[in-house]
Amino acid sequence: MPDVLVIAGKEFRSRLFLGTGKFSSGQVMKEAIEASGTQMVTVAFRRVDRNNKNEDILNFIPRSDDLVLLPNTSGARNAEEAVFLSELAREATGSNWIKLEIHPDPRYLMPDPVETLKAAEVLVKKGFVVLPYVHADPVLCKRLEEVGTAAVMPLGSPIGSNLGLKTLEFLQIIIEQSSVPVVVDAGIGAPSDAAKAMEIGADAVLVNTAIAVASNPVEMAAAFKKAMEAGRMARLSGLGSQSLTASASSPMEWLDEL
Amino acid sequence: MKHTSFSDILSKFDFDAYYQTLNDVSVHDIHTALNQKKFSLKNFIALISPGASKFLPLLLNESASVTRKRFGNVIQLFAPIYLSNECQNICTYCGFSFTNKIPRKTLTKAELAKEAEFLKKKGFEHVLLVTGEAQKSVGMEYFMNALDVFIPLFSSVAMEVQPLEETDYRLLHQRGVYSILVYQETYIRSTYAKVHPKGKKSNFEFRLECPERVCNAGMHHCGLGVLIGLDDWRLDSLLCAMHLDFLQKKYWQTRFSVSFPRIRPAEGVDIHPSVFSHKELAQLMAAYRICFPDLEITLSTRESPHIRDQILSYGVTHMSAESKTHPGGYTQGDALEQFHTDDHRTLEEIKESIRKKGLDPMMKNWFASEIY
Repeated sequence: MPDVLVIAGKEFRSRLFLGTGKFSSGQVMKEAIEASGTQMVTVAFRRVDRNNKNEDILNFIPRSDDLVLLPNTSGARNAEEAVFLSELAREATGSNWIKLEIHPDPRYLMPDPVETLKAAEVLVKKGFVVLPYVHADPVLCKRLEEVGTAAVMPLGSPIGSNLGLKTLEFLQIIIEQSSVPVVVDAGIGAPSDAAKAMEIGADAVLVNTAIAVASNPVEMAAAFKKAMEAGRMARLSGLGSQSLTASASSPMEWLDEL
Repeated sequence: MKHTSFSDILSKFDFDAYYQTLNDVSVHDIHTALNQKKFSLKNFIALISPGASKFLPLLLNESASVTRKRFGNVIQLFAPIYLSNECQNICTYCGFSFTNKIPRKTLTKAELAKEAEFLKKKGFEHVLLVTGEAQKSVGMEYFMNALDVFIPLFSSVAMEVQPLEETDYRLLHQRGVYSILVYQETYIRSTYAKVHPKGKKSNFEFRLECPERVCNAGMHHCGLGVLIGLDDWRLDSLLCAMHLDFLQKKYWQTRFSVSFPRIRPAEGVDIHPSVFSHKELAQLMAAYRICFPDLEITLSTRESPHIRDQILSYGVTHMSAESKTHPGGYTQGDALEQFHTDDHRTLEEIKESIRKKGLDPMMKNWFASEIY
């Protein structure tokens, strides 16, 4: 059976989701998307520019049935703004998928849990496929699942920090408890972080800064793809649990013969 | 707890201690500042110190790398629109100064619409409305009328006008203005009094406390700055950085930006600014960036194409392009400028120079106007 991730009925063979900010040009972004093999890209609705059609970021995102466009509400500071933006994004892009992000804090872009839960509930009722960006808070993730989000997107560390999985222990609790896909979003700084996320059982990761700001974003996108495949393969192959005490590496069949 | 304003902090500033710290900066202090990447008086002073100029390549590389990581490989472009050059202030460095015998002009709604359409056609989505200070003819009523023209057309409309009351900022915010720029010019009271002898602007405190009113009114963004050349740029910049640090802590939901305008030649202005070299500009920019990794930094057309091209990739996040600094400048061209710009290139030329640095010139980074 092929290893596919299903979110809201849509099948994903690639577990790498891409953010589209910070790239040095639309062309580089496009090539990175292709090299990553991703089937889901998120784009800040505030970057969508119908006034300058030649330079509109949407022009550089390959449009195919194989690629889900996930508009995000970056810039919204409360539930009301996020809901309004989601509706406009749906109208402008034709996609009812929405990455819900509400960060009233412009410095560390920390998600507001209260407003996010409020907005998620409204958006689900309005028929959106909601993927909320949240802190790695296990209880909040369960609450979001209860109001009907299609996945949860807890952070590994602050957006753009490249610090990796600083919330590892909490991500593990979330993964263990979740009935919806868990996408580790934000802070993934290196392919090894993405591989680690796969190894602990995350369903997908979303990467932006680490790829967009690399010296060679296209190669970096390919590197992430490989690392994630390895991490996922390791997960499926049954990773040994970590332990500090020694354990015998060969089976002790002779014990049965005693 | 007593409400502290920046005015209280400024009043207690120890000038002697500042000069002592500047004098005592060691190589170790500079490296500590580079490593910590956090604002403290000591770190900022170390980075702007004459001694740190020897480490300028190091400072700039650090500044560039912090900027790319936080803001990505993009530079946001905007255009200023001058609404009026009427002004009741006497500012000894400004072409709009009250006693300066120049033709005065306040754009009518129809003229504003022409300017707006011109810039919109060029592809601008972010504009900055600028005026002098003429409370009667260019006050809240005029602004609200002008916003009727600009808000529906652009993604974001910022304003750089006279300091207003908090209630006025609330009204502007409700009308769709998210960003206010108000530069203190200088934080040194005696110098401020000398260069602002007359008019409402001579009220130092009212201007100093303006950013707090802006933030209290719920604006998303506030821009600060000093006019370089009025006083010791190091001291003034340090005080501005302290102001910024104070505001960032108090108003955690507001974004801040800083700009480094230098006194430019202007009609009727006979002031000889103290020298501020391009190297010092680069050093100051790097110092801000290293101490405030998420600060927006604007570089205007007051600087020459050469220096803009040289430093744009080392810390800048926003640039103005193809600016005209007089009312009707884009579609009429009669009234006199506030100051002479130095970068006269077209928008396309500036975009190309940004691309040459491996960066993406970004015209739109906020929601289309129909949202609000």
